[in-house]
Amino acid sequence: MPISRRDFLKVTGAGLGALALPAAPVSASTTEIATDATASMLYDSTICVGCRACQVACKRRAGLPPDVDPSGLYEMPHDLDSKTWTIIKLYKDQNSDSFVKNQCMHCIHPACVSVCPVGALEKLESGPVIYHRERCIGCRYCMAACPFSVPKTEWEKPLPFIQKCDFCADLQANGEQPKCSEACPTGALIYGTRKAMLDIARGRLVGEGNYVQHIYGETEAGGTSMVYISDLDFTKLGFPEQSDVSLPDITWPYMQGTLGVIGVMVTLSTAIYLRTHRKDKNGNNGNNGSNGNNQPPKGKEA
Amino acid sequence: MAVRLGEIRLRRYPLGPGMILVWVLAALGMGVAVYRWIYGLGATTNLSDGRPWGLWISFDMMSGIGLAAGAFTVAAVVYIFNLKKFYPIVRATILTGFISYTLAALTLMVDLSQPQRIWHLIIYWNIHSPLFEIGWCVMLYLTVLALEFSPVLFDALNWKVPLKIIRAITIPLIIAGVTLSTMHQSTLGTMLTILPDKIHPLFYSRLFPLYFYLTAIAAGLAMTVFESFHSSRTYGYPFEIKMLSKLVKGIPWVLGIYFVIRLAELFITGKYLYLLQGGAPAVMFIIEMVGGVLVPILYFSDPNTRNDVHGITWGAFFTMGGLILNRVNAALIFMDGSFYLPSWQELAVTVGLTCLGLIMFDAAVRFLPMFPEPTPKAVKRL
Repeated sequence: MPISRRDFLKVTGAGLGALALPAAPVSASTTEIATDATASMLYDSTICVGCRACQVACKRRAGLPPDVDPSGLYEMPHDLDSKTWTIIKLYKDQNSDSFVKNQCMHCIHPACVSVCPVGALEKLESGPVIYHRERCIGCRYCMAACPFSVPKTEWEKPLPFIQKCDFCADLQANGEQPKCSEACPTGALIYGTRKAMLDIARGRLVGEGNYVQHIYGETEAGGTSMVYISDLDFTKLGFPEQSDVSLPDITWPYMQGTLGVIGVMVTLSTAIYLRTHRKDKNGNNGNNGSNGNNQPPKGKEA
Repeated sequence: MAVRLGEIRLRRYPLGPGMILVWVLAALGMGVAVYRWIYGLGATTNLSDGRPWGLWISFDMMSGIGLAAGAFTVAAVVYIFNLKKFYPIVRATILTGFISYTLAALTLMVDLSQPQRIWHLIIYWNIHSPLFEIGWCVMLYLTVLALEFSPVLFDALNWKVPLKIIRAITIPLIIAGVTLSTMHQSTLGTMLTILPDKIHPLFYSRLFPLYFYLTAIAAGLAMTVFESFHSSRTYGYPFEIKMLSKLVKGIPWVLGIYFVIRLAELFITGKYLYLLQGGAPAVMFIIEMVGGVLVPILYFSDPNTRNDVHGITWGAFFTMGGLILNRVNAALIFMDGSFYLPSWQELAVTVGLTCLGLIMFDAAVRFLPMFPEPTPKAVKRL
């Protein structure tokens, strides 16, 4: 595909601005201030040695069952799933290789939180996006809407819940750091405020090393709590080409417009009703519908 | 009109090989649905973490609700626009709407991971969620449709007082129905606007709400043609071609506006480049826009085809097919995700629920005064 969707959407966004209800642009300054202090993690793929200590620590603390082979021996999971909240993957070609860690990105403006009809997903002010399973009805809109396809569900169960990384929100509330970053022996995964993580990342990009000059997660989908730097192209590491649009900002104006729709439709219907029935009172053959000849039978009011 | 009731009771049930098949398929679908509730989605569907929404959402929910838009359109045409000549089809159209929404609710009960908690929509609110609005609108609109349809029942039972009460609030009910429909028909489109990077640009649009609303109006009107076709074929009611051809005159206008805006968007945003690239998305886009939009416009603009039984019926099929293709393209085929083909169980539930809808419609036609003035011709054929 010669046209990248990412580039394309920038054009689309600009072109549609005049045509459609535009998503309210988030003022960069307010976002920065609001998100500087939130919890964040920086993953540097050039440091990671793929020991998977984070993965094991995560399973242990979340109480997730290990994957086993037919003889009952432990086996590596292949991807994030209902039993795997975080995973280390390896990219390898002839010239280069790199590990990469996947887990919930804990978006600054999470699509999952905005689309959940029952508010089962919540963005904590401290940063984590957490799941209240007691509310969930299982519509799986969060799975469809997540730009990083992170929420997974327990397909094998009759009544499945959503499973995804909760950023160890309970531990963070106690002043501890998440188990994955705590377990990391090399410092490939570090934990701190988003401002601190971005500062460190920027410092490394201008320093030594062969870094791609991009911090993945700084602006993607309006910014995420998890930020990444790497010496390989991020698409090779399996990251989607994500536009910088804050996704909830696309739907929110429409949702706000609902009250307007109600007002317009009730007013318009009533007005048309009063107008089309006025003739009746004047005895002007309004009853048999013959007055309809001058009005095309359209079903479209607005 | 006790006589009418007697006549209607006599109506022969169309028990033939076709109807037996409908019953068998409906029973099979219900059976599979029960099996799915016991063993879960993983055991019965081809859905996966990479494909959380399949046939039930894109076809049964999104297309089913779109096709049911005739109920509010025709109600508005008759009661708000006061075009009483269309009154004879109001009852059947509202019934179709009621059945379609019931089926959509049933589909949701099959598709939800936690169906026993559907009532959570009432107590847990998230006004940011398009699905929250749709859930509420569908709940309220089902109630409105039931009330709109209740006079038929009261009429059959000869209950005078409830009939009077409902008649008194008809207009507010119709206005509520129009408003609720406008809200959720467009919000079904809003639901998909949050997927700008997952839906192919030829099918994604920030104007989804408008597109969904317009195509639903057109396909809803087309659906009334299909109902009349079915009623006339199965029960010997006269095919009200004169009235229907006047009704479908509106479709070229609605689809015309849709066509122009969608093409304009294509060129203003530069998305036409994807058309030039070719491939499956371009081909499907052209099929959708020509077969599902241009062809119906041509069919219904020409008085010759519009006033011909075959012409109007084919035009209606193309319009309905266009809506279904549009919804399935956006919410399934060209939405990023794992490879997916529905399992036989998913197909069985979809087919079964559709057959259940037919059974419900036929039961109503048989037992209730669906068409306000049964013509002597229709009565004779019973």
